Amino acid sequence: MVPTCLQRFRNFWLLAVGLILGACHPDAAVAPEINLSVHPINFPKPVYSYQNNPLTPAGFALGRKLFYDPILSKDGSISCGSCHKQFAAFADLEHKVSHGIDDKLGTRNTPALANLRWNPDFFWDGGVNHLEVVPLSPITNPVEMGADLGQVIRQLNRDPNYVVAFNKVFHQDSINSQQLFRALAQFMGELISANAPYDKYLNGQQDALTAEQKQGLLVFEAKCSTCHKPGLFTDFSFRNNGLDATFTKDQGRYHITEAPTDLGKFKVPSLRNVALTAPYMHDGRFWTLEQVLAHYTTGVKKSATLDPVLDGDLPGIALSETEKKQLLSFLEALTDESFIQNKQFAEPQP
Amino acid sequence: MKFLFSKYIAFLAITFISLFSSSCKEDPDTELSLPGSVKLEFDNIVGEDALVLDDQEYTTANGDQFRVSMFKYYISNIVFGKADGTEYKELESYYLVDESKPDSKLVTIPNIPAGEYTSLSFTIGVDSARNVSGAQTGALDPVNGMFWTWNSGYVFVKLEGTSPQSQNGGLVFHVGGFKHPNNTIRVVSPSLNGQKLRVEAGKAPQVHLKVNVLDMFQGVNTIKFSELSATMGGANSVKIADNYVNMFKVDHIHN
Repeated sequence: MVPTCLQRFRNFWLLAVGLILGACHPDAAVAPEINLSVHPINFPKPVYSYQNNPLTPAGFALGRKLFYDPILSKDGSISCGSCHKQFAAFADLEHKVSHGIDDKLGTRNTPALANLRWNPDFFWDGGVNHLEVVPLSPITNPVEMGADLGQVIRQLNRDPNYVVAFNKVFHQDSINSQQLFRALAQFMGELISANAPYDKYLNGQQDALTAEQKQGLLVFEAKCSTCHKPGLFTDFSFRNNGLDATFTKDQGRYHITEAPTDLGKFKVPSLRNVALTAPYMHDGRFWTLEQVLAHYTTGVKKSATLDPVLDGDLPGIALSETEKKQLLSFLEALTDESFIQNKQFAEPQP
Repeated sequence: MKFLFSKYIAFLAITFISLFSSSCKEDPDTELSLPGSVKLEFDNIVGEDALVLDDQEYTTANGDQFRVSMFKYYISNIVFGKADGTEYKELESYYLVDESKPDSKLVTIPNIPAGEYTSLSFTIGVDSARNVSGAQTGALDPVNGMFWTWNSGYVFVKLEGTSPQSQNGGLVFHVGGFKHPNNTIRVVSPSLNGQKLRVEAGKAPQVHLKVNVLDMFQGVNTIKFSELSATMGGANSVKIADNYVNMFKVDHIHN
C-alpha cells in the first residue's frame, strides 16, 4: 500500500521523535546495563538532565578519563578516583576524612557518589548548587587536589590527546573550564545505582530479599524513611542528627547560610550502597553501621537545632535488638553489585 | 514566474535604495538608521586620586589608611533608556572590570538601535540565574577567580589590600551573594547629568565613569577596618553593597 500523505507525515514525526529521544538518551550506548525505565516509581525527575551538555559516549568517556587522571591536581598525585573508589561505591573506605596532596587532611568524610543527577545541591553542607561546578571545589581546595584552575586548563591544552578528545565532544578550538566541568558531569551523572536487591524486590522479584531483610524493610519504613526517603534514600534535607551538642568543630549548613537555625545541620546522605561506604557521618566518626544504629538508639545529644523527629524525653529512635539486626540486614540489600562492578565506571586502561 | 521574479528584484532594489538614502539623513532617530555602539570607560579612583595598585596609600572617611592590591568587579545587564521610556537591554552580557588589566576597563556595547538615549543602568554583579547555572565561560569562567568554590556563586566586587588598622593587617573584601537575606545584587542608574547618548552606525559615544573605591567604605555604613576587614558573602557583604550603590558616577560623555 502506498502510504498516504498523513501517514508519511506521521512516520516522519515518529522518526524525528525517535532521533531526538535517541540524541537525549544515548545512555544505552554508554551504559547498556542501566535502564532507568525499569524503576520509574523509585526515582523522581532528575534535577540535572544534561541541558546544554548533551550526553554522548565520547563525552562520557572523556569525563571518565578525567575522573581518574591526576593531571587535575597541583602536583599530579591525586585524581578524583583517588578518594572516590568504585569498590567502595565511590567513597573512601580507608579514611575518616579526605587525604589530599602532600597527605593533607580535609575536615569531612568523602561522600559516596551515586545518582548525583537527582541532587539539588552538593557536599555535606549543600554549598554547591550545580553538578557541573562540583569538581571545582576538590580540584582547587588546598587540602584536596590543591590546583589552580587556570593551570589545569593550560596543562590540558598542552596535551595533544586531550585537545583531540575535547574537540571531538565540544567542537571548540581550545579547552576551557566549562568543557572540563561538563565532561566530568557526563561521567558523574551516569553513576546511577538503582539495581540493588531492594530494587529487584520492588520490581516484583520476591526472593530478592531474605525474610529478615523484608522485616528490616518494614522497620526502615516505620523508623528511618522520613529522612532516608526510599528511592534515592534521602530527602536532601539538612538536619542535626544529634552527633554533638556544640558545633565549634564544624558548623555544617550554618557555614553556608549563616542562619543560627542551621547550626550543626548536615545533608541527609543517601543510603544506597551504605554497607560499602564506611566510615559514616560528615566526620567519619563511626566505622560500622552497628555504631550508627547505636548512636540513633542511645547516643543522640540534645541541642537547640536537634531535628524534631529525633527529639523527645528520650531523644533518638527506639529500636529493639531484633529490629537493629533486621535493619542491618536490610541495609545490605541496598548494595548494588552491578554498580560497583560496572567496568564502564572503572579506571580506563591505557 | 519570470515576471514575478523581476517584480521581486525591483521591490528589493527599492527597499535598498530607501535604506541607503535614509542613512544619509541627519536625524539619528529615524527608524531606518543602523545600530551603533556605546563605550563605557571605567576609571577607578580613590577620592580625588587615580587608583594605583600597591604603591599608593589612601585614607577612608573613617580615617583608616589602606593600600589596594586588587580591585575587580562585574558589570552586567546594561540598559539604555530613551526619554519616551523605551529601553534597549543588552541581554546575556557580563563584563569583568579588573584594575590590573587596562583593556578590561573599556567596555564596548555593540548593536544598540540608533537613537538618543537619556539614561544608563546596569547591575553591579551577576544576576541570580547565572549564579545557579553551572559551568560558564568568558567573563564568568571560574578561572577568573571570581566564583566561590565552596558556596556556589560569584564574587561581585573584590577588593584586597592592606591596612594598619586591620587586626591582621589585611583587607579581603569579597562581596557577593544572591540569596535572601544576604543578596548583594545591586542595579544602579548613574545620572548622565542631562547629557544624551547619540547612537548610530559609525559613531561610538563614550561614557566616562568614575568608580570611587572610598564609596565601598562610606555612605549608609561607615566601615572601620579595625572592626571589619574581611567579608566572604553574608551580612557583612550586604553592608558594603549598600554602600557601593553610589560608587559609579558619570564624569562626562563624548558623543
